[in-house]
Amino acid sequence: MGLAKRIIPCLDVDAGRVVKGINFINIRDAGDPVEIAQRYDEQGADELAFLDITASSDARDTLIHVVEEVASQVFIPLTVGGGIRQMTDIRRLLNAGADKVSINTAAVFNPDFVNQASEHFGSQCIVVAIDAKQTQIDPPRWEVFTHGGRKRTGLDALEWAHNMVKRGAGELLLTSMDRDGTRNGFDLTLTRTLSEAVNVPVIASGGVGNLQHLVDGILLGKADAVLAASIFHFGEYTIQQAKAAMAAQGIEVRL
Amino acid sequence: MITIVDYKMGNLRSVRNALGFLGYESRVSGNPDEIADSKMLILPGVGSFREAMKNIRETGLEEALNEGVLNKKRPILGICLGMQLLASEGTEDGITKGLNWIPGTVQKFRFDDPWIRLPHVGFNAVHFKETGRNLSEGLGESVDFYFVHSYHFVCEDKYVTGETDYHQLFVSSVKRNNICGMQFHPEKSQCNGLKLLKNFINTHLNHA
Repeated sequence: MGLAKRIIPCLDVDAGRVVKGINFINIRDAGDPVEIAQRYDEQGADELAFLDITASSDARDTLIHVVEEVASQVFIPLTVGGGIRQMTDIRRLLNAGADKVSINTAAVFNPDFVNQASEHFGSQCIVVAIDAKQTQIDPPRWEVFTHGGRKRTGLDALEWAHNMVKRGAGELLLTSMDRDGTRNGFDLTLTRTLSEAVNVPVIASGGVGNLQHLVDGILLGKADAVLAASIFHFGEYTIQQAKAAMAAQGIEVRL
Repeated sequence: MITIVDYKMGNLRSVRNALGFLGYESRVSGNPDEIADSKMLILPGVGSFREAMKNIRETGLEEALNEGVLNKKRPILGICLGMQLLASEGTEDGITKGLNWIPGTVQKFRFDDPWIRLPHVGFNAVHFKETGRNLSEGLGESVDFYFVHSYHFVCEDKYVTGETDYHQLFVSSVKRNNICGMQFHPEKSQCNGLKLLKNFINTHLNHA
């Protein structure tokens, strides 16, 4: 077999607990991050993503401890994002056991940060997260948003993706803000358009409500990896079921 | 005691966590005396070949590593960038001399199709050769491990213990006497990776 397509469960962490919101509001408690991480590891997740959605800065240390604890129990790659502004933030997370960090708002404010981070830590650990929302139907145009989808930047998502790859992003984590939390499936047009425009791996995110959505993200969206949260958190589906569904439609997965 | 060599490049904690989980004692050290004297060494690391060799040379670790590995014949496992450093030279931003323990060069993947993704990220199969059988014991001939890299090791066939296919066959593990290297991350490859680390340690403990 060749390189397997990845399934990445995502844990949104607020003050040390896993939560899940609908369109980034109505946050609902989903449990202890270490327990959830272990469960996904046992089920055969290929990587784990942690997104720190804690607002206050003192609570941020909580996430460092969560990462430390997960990294001592779970031996698959960990990506951590949320509130990363400086080189020291990256250093701390990597030292705690993260393998990659995802940078979002800080890249928009200061694109040079992506150059610095990838030069210093290597492209392989710099994931740039792009939150995109469709702002025009014909021809389709997507814009980059920050602050959990609340702030419009005016940046064209495709141009931004090129820019980030040029500056050293090793992977792109693409979230459709129109779909996130809706359970209606990925924005496949956005995913395919962006995947076909860059030559680094693209992780599709936002909107997964069933297993066929994961399959579609790979086959129709041309993504290299699929990320989902709520369908796994509440026990609706296991990672094995997701992989079986993907394998049944001819996608190479690690079983 | 296993020494994880600290030369300021990347994620040392993951390796230490994995060894701890398997019940082996280890320490992270950048001290030349401790490294030269260690019974077993692990050289992890991610990032730039040039930067890594610069750090190793500036901190006096090259002599210490040569002493431990070449003179005292202590077993060493290079992981990812750590495997690449075993080569004669790296080719990232010009030529950089490596540790030169396994004759070979480290080159960037080159594909005719410009849309093939780099870095090569994710789980891919390692096909172990006869020479890699000690390592892969209990795992089978073809096993998935986690990769994340854009450069690969190029060397004579006699040093190759495992190969992987990513639009071309490339060398994913090497061995020369007491010196082993893995391009993938056993410490991030779940059960298979832990098993492989255990095999490496046990094989060398028995021969020590």
